[in-house]
Amino acid sequence: MKLVQTQIGRRAFIKNTSLASGGLVLGFSILNSCKPKDIETMAVKEMPNEWFEINAYLKIGDNGLVTIMSPNPEFGQGVITSMPMIVADELDIAWENVLVEQANLNAEDYGWQFTGGSQGIRRRWQGLRMAGATARQMLKEAAAESWKVPVSEITTSEGILLHENSGNSAGYGEMASLAAQREVPEEVPLKEVKDFTIIGTPKKDVEARKVVTGKPLFGVDYQFKGALVAMATHPPAFGLKLKSYDDSAVRNMPGIVDVFPIKSLEEGATRGYFDTTAFTDLVVVVGKTTWEVMNARKQLRVSWEPIADHKLTIDRFGNQMEIDVPKGLENTDQHYAQMNEMASMPGTIARKDGDPEKAFKNAAKVIERSYSCPFLAHNCMEPMNFFANVTEEKALLAGPLQAPALAEATVAARLGIPIENIEVELTRMGGGFGRRAYGHYAVEAAVISKQLKAPVKLVYDREDDMTFGIYRPSYHATYRAALDENNNLVAFHVKAGGVPETPLFANRFPAGAVDNYLAEQWEINSNITIGAFRAPRSNFMAGVEQAFLDEVAELAGKDPIDFRLELLKKAKDNPVGENNDYDPVRYAGVLELVREKSNWDNSPANANRGVAAYFCHNSYAAHVLDVIMENGQPKVEKVVCALDCGIVVNPDAAANMAEGAIVDGIGNAMYGTLSFTDGKPDQTNFDRYRIIRHAEAPKEIEVHFVKNEIDPTGLGEPPFPPVPGALANALYKATGRRLYHQPFINDRPPLVG
Amino acid sequence: MVEPLTKIITGGFESQKIVNSEKLYIMANFKLNINGKIQEVDVDPNTPLLWVLREHLNLVGAKYGCGIAQCGSCTVHVQGVAVRSCMLAVSTVGNQEITTIEGLSENGEHPVQEAWLELDVPQCGYCQTGQIMTAAALLENNPNPSDEEIDMAMNGNICRCGTYVRIKKAIKLAANS
Repeated sequence: MKLVQTQIGRRAFIKNTSLASGGLVLGFSILNSCKPKDIETMAVKEMPNEWFEINAYLKIGDNGLVTIMSPNPEFGQGVITSMPMIVADELDIAWENVLVEQANLNAEDYGWQFTGGSQGIRRRWQGLRMAGATARQMLKEAAAESWKVPVSEITTSEGILLHENSGNSAGYGEMASLAAQREVPEEVPLKEVKDFTIIGTPKKDVEARKVVTGKPLFGVDYQFKGALVAMATHPPAFGLKLKSYDDSAVRNMPGIVDVFPIKSLEEGATRGYFDTTAFTDLVVVVGKTTWEVMNARKQLRVSWEPIADHKLTIDRFGNQMEIDVPKGLENTDQHYAQMNEMASMPGTIARKDGDPEKAFKNAAKVIERSYSCPFLAHNCMEPMNFFANVTEEKALLAGPLQAPALAEATVAARLGIPIENIEVELTRMGGGFGRRAYGHYAVEAAVISKQLKAPVKLVYDREDDMTFGIYRPSYHATYRAALDENNNLVAFHVKAGGVPETPLFANRFPAGAVDNYLAEQWEINSNITIGAFRAPRSNFMAGVEQAFLDEVAELAGKDPIDFRLELLKKAKDNPVGENNDYDPVRYAGVLELVREKSNWDNSPANANRGVAAYFCHNSYAAHVLDVIMENGQPKVEKVVCALDCGIVVNPDAAANMAEGAIVDGIGNAMYGTLSFTDGKPDQTNFDRYRIIRHAEAPKEIEVHFVKNEIDPTGLGEPPFPPVPGALANALYKATGRRLYHQPFINDRPPLVG
Repeated sequence: MVEPLTKIITGGFESQKIVNSEKLYIMANFKLNINGKIQEVDVDPNTPLLWVLREHLNLVGAKYGCGIAQCGSCTVHVQGVAVRSCMLAVSTVGNQEITTIEGLSENGEHPVQEAWLELDVPQCGYCQTGQIMTAAALLENNPNPSDEEIDMAMNGNICRCGTYVRIKKAIKLAANS
C-alpha cells in the first residue's frame, strides 16, 4: 500500500447539495423516456431514501448503493464503464451496487473533460483512484469515530466496514452521512495492483441495455419542449463563401418557421485551436420537423463567390499564431502532383544522426519507395448535431462533443455570455474519431438559437456531415534504406509531407536504431479543413513505415519480425541519438507476444501473413494479419493482435476497441478516400464513400495484452495505425504485389474489382 | 399566402390540401400499426417512416445515418421483413405491421438483444439498433445462418466502430439459444 497526496483541490470535494438532494440524478435529465425505473439495476435494487455526496465523483445512498460519475464524454471507447470501475475498486464496493451517471461539463469538479488522444484513462488514473480511496478513507474514519476504535484497525470488504477486535461492522450506507461531513484526508492509501478486485476484470458496458433497446442516448435524440429543428447550408466547395441567397421558395413551405443567415464566428476574431471551420457564413432554415426542413432547404437558391487569400489568427492554448488560408478551388490530382514535386526536392531537416549521405553512397544495397494516402472523412454514424437554448443571459447546450470545454469557451466569446452562465450536457456520441473535437456545430447551434430566440436542434444530414468535414489530410512519404554487404541496416531516410500538414515523427522507430538517419519534411498549404482523425499522422506513418520495413527485411533476407527485433535490440543496447520517444523493450515485447500467439514461427508455407508494429499515444501494438484468396479476391481471414497499454482496466471492452481499430484500419486502407474536384468533395454519402462492411471484415480477431503493472496508457488509437502496414504486407504475400497508395483497392492496377 | 384548407381524398385515405402560394402540399392522416398498437399521425404522405417514428411518435431507436438506404441505421421490420425506414414513404405502409426496436421486446429480452448484451457488442452504439433489427429478421427466416448468409443479410448495415466480428458471433449465439 502506498500513500498518495490528494491532489484534487478541496473545492472539488465540497458537498454539492443540488446534486445530493434530488435522489438519482440522470445523466440526461430531459430524456423523458429515461425514467429511473428503466435503469437496469433498479429492477433488483431498492433506491435509497437519501444520497450522501462524498465528493464530486461519488455519492453513497443510505442503503449502500453508490452512484459514480463518469467525467469524460463517451463515444464508444467505454470510459463510462471503465472510469467508474477505477473509482469503485479503490472505494471497495461490489460492482453490482454501483450506478453510473455521465457527468455534464463542470471543469471545477472534473477538470479537463476531454475524449481524444487516447489520454482518458491515462490522465484520470490517479485522480479516479484517489476519488475512490478518499471516500473509503472517510468512511473508515467515520466508523472509527462511531465505534471509538483506531481507524488503522478498520478494514473494508465490498461495501462493508469491519472492526475485527470489537466485532463491529456496518455497511457504507450506514456511515455515509457521517463520512460526508468529514474533512478530506490529506493522504490516502491506494491499493496495490495485486489487490484490485474490479480493475482487470471484464465488466459489461453500463449503457449497453439502453443501446440495444433503442433508448434516447444521443444528441439527435435530445428532446426539449418547443425545440425547433434547424439545418444550415454551407458552400458546396472549399474555396467558396456565401454571396447571396433567395429564400422565397422556402418560406411558405409547410412547417418552416424562419430562414436567416448566421455568422458562426466573427470575421477577424481570434480562433481557438479547435475552432476549425472553413464555412462561417451559413444560411439557416428552421422548421418544426427534420423532414420538413430537409425538403424546404432544397428550395433555397444560394449564390457563392470565391474566397480571397486571407489570414486567420489562432490561439494555440496561449500561443498566438497566424495561418494563411489560400484562395482557389483545389483538386485531388493537383494535390498528388504537388506532393510528388515536393517529395522530389530536399525538405526541412527534422533530425539527422551520423552521416546518412556517406552511408547511402557506400551502401551495398539501397532501396527507395514512396507512399501516399488520400483525405478521409470521419463519417461518424451519428451526423453532427447540437441542441441550444440561448436566452438573454444564459445558454443551455446539449450534444455530442469530445472537447466540450473548448466549445463552451467559443460560445461564451461569440455570444458574450459569461462562461458560468452556460450549461453543457454531454450526450453519448454516435462515434467521434477526432471529428467531434471540433465543435463548430455547437457554436452554430448557439448562434442560431440566439437569433431565433428559441430552443433549437441543429442537425446535419449525411451530405452536410461529409462535405463540411475536418478531414484526415492527404499525405506522402518517401523512404530510403541502405544495407551493407552483411545485410545490416546502415542508413535510413524518411521524407514526409502532406496537404496541408506533415505527418512526420522524427524521433520514432527506427530512429535510434540506425547509425545514419535522416528525417525531412515539407507541407503544401490548402484551404481544406483538416484535423485529428484517430491517431493523427500515425495513421499514415505507421502503415507505410511498416510496409517499407517489410521490403527492407526481404531485401536483407531476414524474417520481418527478427529484423525488427534486431533493430530494437540495437535501440536498447546502443541507442543512437537522444530523443527516441519509444521504449525498445516494450516495443519488442508486443512483437514477441504476437509472434508467439500467431504461431508465426510455424506459419504454413502457403500462409499470406503480414506483420506490423507501432508505438504511439503511449502504447504499443503489433498485428499479424492473414489474407486468403477467395474467388480471386483477397480477404482478411484472421488478425492476431498484441498490445501493451499497461494495466488493462476493462479487458473485454479493451479487446472490443482493438477489434474495432483493426476493422477500421483494414477498411480505411482498403477503401477509404475523399477526393476533391474544384474544391468539392466527390463523395457526399455512403453510396460513393466506401466504408468497410460485414463481408469485408476479418472472420476472427484475437487480442492479447502484455501483462504488467505499469500505469495504464491509451488504447483508442494505438491498435489502429499499424493495420494498413500488416495488410499491405499480407496482400503482398497473397498477390505478389506491393501496395504503395491508399486506398489499396484503387492502387494501380486495381487490386480487386 | 395560404388559402383555407379543403378536404380532398387521396389514395384511399382522408387528406387535407394546403394550397401554398405556388405549390401544392398535402397533409394526410395515417393510422399505422406500430409495435402492435394503432398510432395516428398527420403528415405529408412523402414523409419517410423514419421521421414519423422519430419525430411524431417519439420512437427514436431507429436512427438516421444516410437517408439513402445505404447504412441500415434506420432498419425496422415491416411484416417481419427488415426495411430501411429512411426511404419508405409513410403513405406506402398502409396497415402492414411495423416493428421497431422498441417493440422487438419489452426490456431487451429478445434472443438477439440478449446475445448482444452477453458479448457486449456495442461501441458507440448508434448503428446497433439497426444491426439488431436486421439480425432478428434474418434469424426469423433462417434460424441457423452460415457465415456467408450472415454476411449477405448484414452487409447493408454499416458499423463505423467496426464491431462486425462481435456482431457475427452474437448472431450465432442467438441462433443457438
